[in-house]
Parts: sequence; structure tokens; C-alpha cells
Amino acid sequence: MYRIDFNKLRFLICDDNPHMRRILRTLLHSFGAREVYESEDGATALEMYTHYVPDIVITDWSMPIFDGLELAQMIRQPESKGNPYAPIIMLTGHSDKRRVTVARDAGVTEFLAKPISAKGLYQRILNVVANPRPFIKTKTYFGPDRRRNTNNTYIGPERRGSGEMEVMQQPSLLEKARSSI
Amino acid sequence: MAAKDKPGAIEVKNFDTHFVITQPNPLRKMLLRVPDSTLDDPVARAEKALEGLSGEFKTWMAVEADRLSAAHAAVKRDGFNDDTREELFRAAHDIKGDAATFGYPSAAAAADSLCRIIEHAPDLDAVPADLIGHHINAIQAIVRERTKLDTVQVASVLSKQLRGIADEFLIRANRDRPEHLEAVLAPSIVPGE
Repeated sequence: MYRIDFNKLRFLICDDNPHMRRILRTLLHSFGAREVYESEDGATALEMYTHYVPDIVITDWSMPIFDGLELAQMIRQPESKGNPYAPIIMLTGHSDKRRVTVARDAGVTEFLAKPISAKGLYQRILNVVANPRPFIKTKTYFGPDRRRNTNNTYIGPERRGSGEMEVMQQPSLLEKARSSI
Repeated sequence: MAAKDKPGAIEVKNFDTHFVITQPNPLRKMLLRVPDSTLDDPVARAEKALEGLSGEFKTWMAVEADRLSAAHAAVKRDGFNDDTREELFRAAHDIKGDAATFGYPSAAAAADSLCRIIEHAPDLDAVPADLIGHHINAIQAIVRERTKLDTVQVASVLSKQLRGIADEFLIRANRDRPEHLEAVLAPSIVPGE
């Protein structure tokens, strides 16, 4: 079976609530992570993102001034000097479907609704490590492919053009890895 | 930049309306094959570590509840403006997100109900002060009385009743605002909420 080698993963967490940062840090360290950087607002997180080049970003949504959604949008700048492809896990108290869609459209990779659990966090991390999605760039979007399922019957206004749809398969280790938890 | 940070060869496919960009998975090497007999369970380890923190949860919850009270006091003193609204929402929203982890699920439910009022009421000045006040008082009471054995069920009933009253108000207040009405009536994505 497969496990994540947390020892080699570098995390950046961003949450204005010190209690939630402590919980996240505790969970990540007990998974085995050694490099966990913390910020309490989006602006500092963006600076740390450029400086520390984390493998995975975990961010809250609601924060004063510069929130998690804006952080995701700033990271997902295809022309930026930093890495625009890093997985972003949005950890938030928002729990309605509309918010999930907004986060997805900002380039968020995974959405995790609070209350947080060790299993929920582990599974999101496993998803981004073992099953990365290709990135899509359109006039209005740059981020992970928002299609998790292939639906050839969709004919709505946001259907991508060009006739044939090409699905680029990534070798998925996810199922094998999932069996380990 | 460390070797693991390098994105590798990026493949770009061009379509009429979009590009599909694929890069070799830079995190693939973080997946390790371990023997099936491995007993170590990282999730169980993390749950145990969280349990180790639980001694602090009561204090943390009291801090969150005090912050909510202070935010409510500011609303009562200054009325609703951008700052007081934001702080009341943020304090309630943090309790909504944290309280269940801290062992206060009914406080989380009451805080969620309060967040919905702040988010979806067309005019906060027109919300009955008692409706907001009862939510604040309920959260304070749940936090204060949690250690009493007979309060768990009462707390659950209380938060459900508050949610019912709040929803009734929001449905009536948003009858001409379909977008908000839809959000008010939509089911939560959190199981069991």
C-alpha cells in the first residue's frame, strides 16, 4: 500500500484564527510533516508563498483585508514568477454549494468544510498528491481542471469549444493510496 | 528552488477556447510504498494528537465566545456599520467552524444560524434585536453550561429552534430576492448539519 511521505512535503497554512492554525499545525506534524509555515492573513501568505515555495497551501476563506479567495487568485497567475500550479486546499466554515463553486472558479484544488477532521484533511492531501488534475487556461480561468467527471452530454454555456474533448489521463495512484487509510 | 520544486516538462495542448496544461506530478515522489503489514496509521496518530490538545479547547472556546460578546456589544453601541457587521460575522463564523472540533456542536449550529442572518438579511437594522440577542445568549449559555450532563440535549434543541426561527425570518425577508432565498433554502454540504 501507499503512504504519503509527509517528511518531504512543505506546507503553508493561512488562517487568521490562532486556534485553527494550532490545530492544523498539530495535525500536519502528527502526519509527519516537518516544514509547516504559518500566516494569519492573505498578504503575508502570498509573500511566504514566494519565499518558501510550499508544495501545498491550506487556506481559510474569511480573513480580514486579503482573504483566502484572493490568495488563490493571486497564486493562480500563469505569468507570475512563483509557482502557479501548487495545490490549494480551501479549509472554511462556509458550507453552501455556491461557495464551493466560487472557490473552484478561483482555482482552488480541494475544498474542505469545517469542522476539520484528521481523516478529511488527510484525504484532501492524498488527493492532491496522488491525483493531480491537468491545468486549464481560458480567457477567464487558470487553474486545475474543474471537471472531475467526464460528461459528454453537457451542452450548457460553459461548455469548452473545439468539438472533441481530450481527456489527458494522469497515472492515478489515488485508489492504491486510498487503500492505505 | 529545490529539485522537487521544479515543475518538470510542461505539456501544453491548444484548443479553440482553452489550453490544457499537464506537468509531470511534482509530488509523485512523496508517495511511498509501504508493506501492507504496516501498523502505523497517520490518521489515528493525528486524532490522538488532537485529543492531546483537547485540554485547551474549553479555554479556546471561552475566548471565541468572549469575542462574539464583544462584537455584539459593539453592534448594540454603534449600530450596524461595515466594521461592526464584519466583526460580528467573523466571530460567529469562527465559532461555526471551530466549535464542533472543540466539542461544542450546538454552539456551532447556533453560530451558523447567526451567520445566515447576517449574510442574508436584506437590512440588518430591520432584524429584530432579540433574534440576534437570543443567538448570542444561546451560544454563551452552551459554552458556559457544557459541563452539566443534562445540557447537551437542551443545547441541541435550543440551537435547532433558533435555526427554525431564523430561517422563517429569512424566508419571509427574502421572498423577493430569489438568489438569497435559494441560498437560504439550499442544503448544507456538511453532512449532518
